Amino acid sequence: MINIEIDGKLVEIGRGSTVMDAAHKAGVHIPHFCYHKKLSIAASCRMCLVEVEKAPKPLPACATPAADGMKVHTRSELAVKAQQGVMEFLLINHPLDCPVCDQGGECQLQDVAMGYGAPASRYSEEKRIVMHKDIGALISTKEMSRCIHCTRCVRFGQEIGGMMELGLAYRGEHAEIMSFVNSLVDSELSGNMIDLCPVGALTSKPFRYTARSWELSRRKSVSPHDGLGSNLAVQVKNGKVMRVTPIENEAVNECWISDKDRFSYEGLNAPERLTKPMLKQDGKWLEVEWPVALEYVANGLRCVIENNGAGQVAALATPHSTLEELYLLQKLMRGLGSGNVDFRLRQSDFSADAKQAGAPWLGMPVAEINSRDRLLIVGSFLRKDHPLLAQRVRQAVKKGAQANIVHASDDDLLMPVANKAIVAPGELVNQLAQILKALAAEKQVAPDASVQGIEVGGVAAAIAKSLASGERAAVLLGNFAQQHPQAAQLAVLAERIAALCGVSFGFLGEAANSVGGYLAGAVPFGGAVQGMNAAQMVASPRKAYVLLNVEPELDMHDPQQAMAAMRAADMVVALSAYKHHATDYADVLLPIAPFTETSGTFVNTEGLVQSFKGAVKPLGETRPAWKVLRVLGNLLDVSGFDYDTSEAVRDEALPGQNVVDKLNNHIEGVHVGPDLSGQGVRMNSLLQRVADVPIYSTDAVVRRAASLQKTHDAATPCVLMHGSELQKLGVQSGDAVKVSQGNASIRLTVQANDIMPAGTVRVAAGHPATAELGAMFGTITVEPIDITTGHSTDKTTSHSTGSANNTDQVAGYKLPKDGNQVAGQTGERA
Amino acid sequence: MEKITNFFKTFLLYELVKGMALTGRYFFARKITVQYPEEKTPQSFRFRGLHAQRRYANGEERCIGCKLCEAVCPALAIKIEVAEREDGTRRTTQYDIDLTKCIFCGFCEESCPVDAIVETRMFEYHGEKPGDLYYTKPMLLAMGDKHEEQIAKDRAADAKYR
Repeated sequence: MINIEIDGKLVEIGRGSTVMDAAHKAGVHIPHFCYHKKLSIAASCRMCLVEVEKAPKPLPACATPAADGMKVHTRSELAVKAQQGVMEFLLINHPLDCPVCDQGGECQLQDVAMGYGAPASRYSEEKRIVMHKDIGALISTKEMSRCIHCTRCVRFGQEIGGMMELGLAYRGEHAEIMSFVNSLVDSELSGNMIDLCPVGALTSKPFRYTARSWELSRRKSVSPHDGLGSNLAVQVKNGKVMRVTPIENEAVNECWISDKDRFSYEGLNAPERLTKPMLKQDGKWLEVEWPVALEYVANGLRCVIENNGAGQVAALATPHSTLEELYLLQKLMRGLGSGNVDFRLRQSDFSADAKQAGAPWLGMPVAEINSRDRLLIVGSFLRKDHPLLAQRVRQAVKKGAQANIVHASDDDLLMPVANKAIVAPGELVNQLAQILKALAAEKQVAPDASVQGIEVGGVAAAIAKSLASGERAAVLLGNFAQQHPQAAQLAVLAERIAALCGVSFGFLGEAANSVGGYLAGAVPFGGAVQGMNAAQMVASPRKAYVLLNVEPELDMHDPQQAMAAMRAADMVVALSAYKHHATDYADVLLPIAPFTETSGTFVNTEGLVQSFKGAVKPLGETRPAWKVLRVLGNLLDVSGFDYDTSEAVRDEALPGQNVVDKLNNHIEGVHVGPDLSGQGVRMNSLLQRVADVPIYSTDAVVRRAASLQKTHDAATPCVLMHGSELQKLGVQSGDAVKVSQGNASIRLTVQANDIMPAGTVRVAAGHPATAELGAMFGTITVEPIDITTGHSTDKTTSHSTGSANNTDQVAGYKLPKDGNQVAGQTGERA
Repeated sequence: MEKITNFFKTFLLYELVKGMALTGRYFFARKITVQYPEEKTPQSFRFRGLHAQRRYANGEERCIGCKLCEAVCPALAIKIEVAEREDGTRRTTQYDIDLTKCIFCGFCEESCPVDAIVETRMFEYHGEKPGDLYYTKPMLLAMGDKHEEQIAKDRAADAKYR
């Protein structure tokens, strides 16, 4: 520790800190632009010049190491003169357009100019002009003349986002921030650059000119998307959500949020919002009042139960629902005598049900990922599924951690990966077994009986070696591993590997309430009355379904089967915020509030219980789902439905909010093997499907966020196959192919991409273009389309129109206008 | 002594004479009554009357929708909605002033960075039914078009003091 004096205040600070850190500790504010606590030091703006005694000239506080006995003056004559000089230089080329600038009112340059600048400028010559560039649908760079070249956005891309998408080109007065020749900013964290930009050069495109910062009221909320539970400030004007920004929480999202969290609010104001309860009468949809709709639902469910038994009623909910909603749904179902309730819609292997000691969770606090030195990540599209957790892994790797990947697709994680085993989905279990055996050898213990006969490959040995060499390892199972048909075996193997490393293993939560769903008991084994899981519910169709926020054609593991079950049902009650495909098969549509319009609780992947209040009033006659379920409970005479507040529901579901004892990943009684090669046996031309859920297709709100849907990540998915597989088929990249699974076949563009292992086909799930296909795993056929039929004379066009039509027919979604173009670009890039 | 003075004042009608003297003085003085509406009082170039929105010489509206007037208005009389126009500029889609709320303080005028919202010399206006004094953007622009010459002259006269 060293002592340093800042403006007469003595501060004790650790060796290696900068003057800026010391000032921060002393509570002295030093003006700055390029300095940001999460980014590297550039010292390019010179705004933080301070006077240091015995130094011949002013020094930048952000880049000057604090030394023992140093005396710093931040407001001395020299410092003030230096700061005013710098400010005058910065304003030379800054346009005076604060009145039309979206940053106006929350602009660091405005604030610092007012606080530390000179009253007038001596510069009267012409200002420079920087032409605007198009860098995508999310960030507006219309006014790049405002840029002061602090390079925060550049450093963010390099250090946090993992790819340098913006750079500072040219020199001196010609310096410009730009993306690499004609490329767009595609990072899933790009929105943070808007927050980082201290001026109005990078602003939010969807928010452009819609409100001024002083008109907005900030309401706290929690992200309903991925499992992290990012803390959000929902900014509201006139009862409408205008934008979303992060709230800093070091333990969860630090000061970042993903683009999905930031821009999904557009979906809340989408035209497809359902605002009145609707009933289907003689094939026609009628808008009705709430009491009518609720009576209809209650009578309908009563009828089904009387005639067919309670077991014929099934409830499906998305894991993006709040804890209260999930709890009341399962309580309602169990009150009716049916245990058929599940929220794990994309899961296919339920053999670990009730064999797990508690709710599956991350196994450690989120913030601890940064400090682990060996990571084994199994089956995860990490960057797209968990953008901010990927960022934490990136920080860990930067500090020297070794990331080891076992997955069915070699996606670019934008970080150095120590070892990766990219195998077909069917060989995933086998791969983990190899690692377990190799690790046992490394640790010189007897390997598990179940993996005795396994032959250890080179990659597995390398991964085992890497894991064994570290001190604090982490074994994490991603969404893909949890949705895998052998998920339970993967979990057991992961647990054994972690045990050998002396750590616990964890699951990366798929959705905001993946942990909360278990705690709420919204699983078939979660209460006294037991029932069917999500897969069984659609495999053996029930007479009545209650859908909470679910769009079966997009949210289910096997959409084909799910849709067949929905169509065959006597009664489908859809609680949804949107008018969607349910109009085809549902009988009642009940408008429920999305996360900004209801109070509720999300339990994130580390088991952190985060409650939030509604930020705006429910739209139209929309009602919070917990209220709807509560009234349904009353109408159906289920006891214990007398809640007045959502807090009362939460307190009943999670007494004392104590969840620590309920989180446990330990699995007992799942047998590994005997055929560890699993589905690895390949039949001649049969290929295995690898299904990712594209980042902007994960839930109902995101799917309707217009700007996110214009991004590259939301383009109509292509079929990705290894180059050699394409050769076997005799087609080329960019050709249209027929993809068949179950009894449906669709037409998509194929792309050769060697990130896919041989024998696999990547076809995204959760997207309207692929909604007709079957299960997310399993075999799939890809056939070339005969050129003589005339379909593929102009390949790109035929694909685009094909998929767009298909989209329109399948789910009534509107693709963004330039959706086809984006799809075309994919072709050019790959 | 004072007692004696008061005694004489009581019956010599001193106050009455004093009052009549004042009346007499004004009776013969120059008259300052203005025969409104035939005659009008002179106005300052800073007179704060009815609002108007101005245009540039090429017909382009000045207002850029920065909402500073809305923010500064102490009576919350101004309501503005903004959107991007086709040419990419920031423009108001709605600009309303509720004159029944307005206190004519002139802050809107003072805060405007482009001299778009101004208060004119116009003070003779009325509304016959509720809502008549709710001025919308077209009404304000029409006011501006009508009085532009005077407005420009007044701004020019005031320019050296700003």
